[in-house]
Amino acid sequence: MATNLGEFWQLTGFANATWQHLVMLCVGLFFIWLAIKKDFEPMLLVPIGFGMLIGNIPFNPDAGLEIGIYEEGSVLNILYNGVSAGWYPPLIFLGIGAMTDFTALIANPKLMLIGAAAQFGIFGAYMVALLLGFMPDQAGAIAIIGGADGPTAIFLSSKLAPNLMGAIAVSAYSYMALVPVIQPPIMRLLTTKHERVIRMKPARAVAQSEKIIFPIVGLLLTCFVVPSGIPLLGMLFFGNLLRECGVTTRLAKTASNALTDIVTILLGMTVGASTQASTFLTKETIFIFALGFMAFIIASASGVLFVKFFNLFLPKAKKINPLIGNAGVSAVPMSSRISNNLGLEYDPSNYLLMHAMGPNVAGVIGSAVAAGVLLGFLA
Amino acid sequence: MKRQILLLLAVLCLGAGAISAQARKGLKINEVMVVNDSSAVDEYGRHAAWIELFNSNFAAMDISSVFLTNDTTTAASKKLYPVPLGDVKTKLPKRQHILFWADGKPTDGTFHTSFTLDPNKPNTIAIYDADGITLIDCVTVPVLKPGESYARIDDGEGDGTAQYWTVRTGSQNEGDYITPSSANKIRGVNPKIEEFKERDENGFALTITAMGIVFSALILLSICFYIINKINAARSSRKKAEAHGVDYANVARTERPEGDSGEVIAAIAMALHDHLDAHDKESSVLTINKVRKAYSPWSSHIYTLRRYPDKR
Repeated sequence: MATNLGEFWQLTGFANATWQHLVMLCVGLFFIWLAIKKDFEPMLLVPIGFGMLIGNIPFNPDAGLEIGIYEEGSVLNILYNGVSAGWYPPLIFLGIGAMTDFTALIANPKLMLIGAAAQFGIFGAYMVALLLGFMPDQAGAIAIIGGADGPTAIFLSSKLAPNLMGAIAVSAYSYMALVPVIQPPIMRLLTTKHERVIRMKPARAVAQSEKIIFPIVGLLLTCFVVPSGIPLLGMLFFGNLLRECGVTTRLAKTASNALTDIVTILLGMTVGASTQASTFLTKETIFIFALGFMAFIIASASGVLFVKFFNLFLPKAKKINPLIGNAGVSAVPMSSRISNNLGLEYDPSNYLLMHAMGPNVAGVIGSAVAAGVLLGFLA
Repeated sequence: MKRQILLLLAVLCLGAGAISAQARKGLKINEVMVVNDSSAVDEYGRHAAWIELFNSNFAAMDISSVFLTNDTTTAASKKLYPVPLGDVKTKLPKRQHILFWADGKPTDGTFHTSFTLDPNKPNTIAIYDADGITLIDCVTVPVLKPGESYARIDDGEGDGTAQYWTVRTGSQNEGDYITPSSANKIRGVNPKIEEFKERDENGFALTITAMGIVFSALILLSICFYIINKINAARSSRKKAEAHGVDYANVARTERPEGDSGEVIAAIAMALHDHLDAHDKESSVLTINKVRKAYSPWSSHIYTLRRYPDKR
């Protein structure tokens, strides 16, 4: 009996725990606290935080219990396949497409360029990552954090640097949750009081036919330029066509509600569980978090600066408020909300939300295109 | 209707045929050894001439029912070795290799051909598709010394012409290994990544190129919708002119009415809603719907379970 108890003890978490496990469990608890108490992206941080708890409960890996996320055939491993093989992110993009209203973008197509400019955050971080000694494929996977798009970051890192995916995903979602903290100081720093109160011309009305044409033309044009973006862009535009065509409302509702919720739960939980202490607590993870932060700052700044530059060529009546430049990153709709709130702070009747939604959804397209480019070059 | 369905089916069949042919095109003869004195042995422990095939596609390919042959005659009676159906091992994973033993003993297994190779003259080896006519790949192997192989320089690259092939003696020098059932060029690292690291050390070139591509894609989309925007504005203006009884074609461009803004449309829509919905007397129809509460033990007080707490 004593032998049996001794063997059982060897299988328990207490016998196998290391300080790294405890650190990761604390990180998981911190995420859950952030989500529940501070309301930071709860839909993502609760599954990720709880996934971290699941993935970091110590056990004896040599016992052959098939319970670890990296053990082939285990339940967690089967669920993790959607992340490692990269099919969860396109499903999320289907939902995003079915949820997104591209009207603001169609009404003012030049706002798309802001979405393109903000992608400089990705490539700026890529150059710095190379300087820090990362290989080009790893640097590309890390840099995509600057797109502020969790599913895209997971998709690209699963293809380019699967070993860094956990840290990249957690970093991307953490910074997305921190958008309200990171972006406003940059926006204030780079704009003048006069610029912050620029009133933009109201957007024109967009016909339903244009909304239907948009996903079709969008898919054809972007994917002809970057075929490697097909999984993300294809699903994004497909979801949007389901929404706008008017005859598949049921499918659009399923894609934007039930399907997205299911995939979000699985994606968040498995990404969290994949951040095991042995692979997560490394020097690379610290670099990834630092690079991700930098990428976010560059992306936000380049969006704002691009608007200022663009304004030099626009007539006075058509000037763009640079406060919508931050929305070029694809954290939808949070960064648009920040543009709006900051705009209202300086002029209580200047609502920028609809204007900011244009570059914001363009950012989704832009980051998917950027991911396609990186995949094409570095895979 | 029937005709349309038949037409659709025909198109689908043709498409399926084309896809299948396209997939089989990826099957390549990759390396051949005519006199095997010390290389790989078959499942019976025998040395025999071998032909390595390579699936150059990025998808698995079932090679059953293709034909292997060394018969170069064009006659309908040419001797072909059919890869048998029903063997799971004939499903070749993406970018993988398989060996066929050219020992003239097809009864020894799926991968033993009915023909042998002649060490004293060049051997032409070909793969035909299931119809026995469509040539998938063909190569003429020169006379080789014992232990030598004739291999593609890069797996699956090029056709059967000599520039893509090399004679390998099996020495330890790079590019001279004999590699049955494995890649002809052994790579420890991704050459693409190495090249990037070497030629674009600071990532500047990739940044410029990639940003250029991102901008091009979005500028294209932007231009496209700018044009659609203009066309729609013109259409809207024409409709408005027609509604006002104005001859649109004969009115000066500057005098043409502009399309209504979103605010104007919203105001009209609200006014219409107000007008159409305003009614003096009620319809006097009462509808009593039975209120049905979906029962679930998961939210039943009987089991002391409670509703989901919702902070918002």
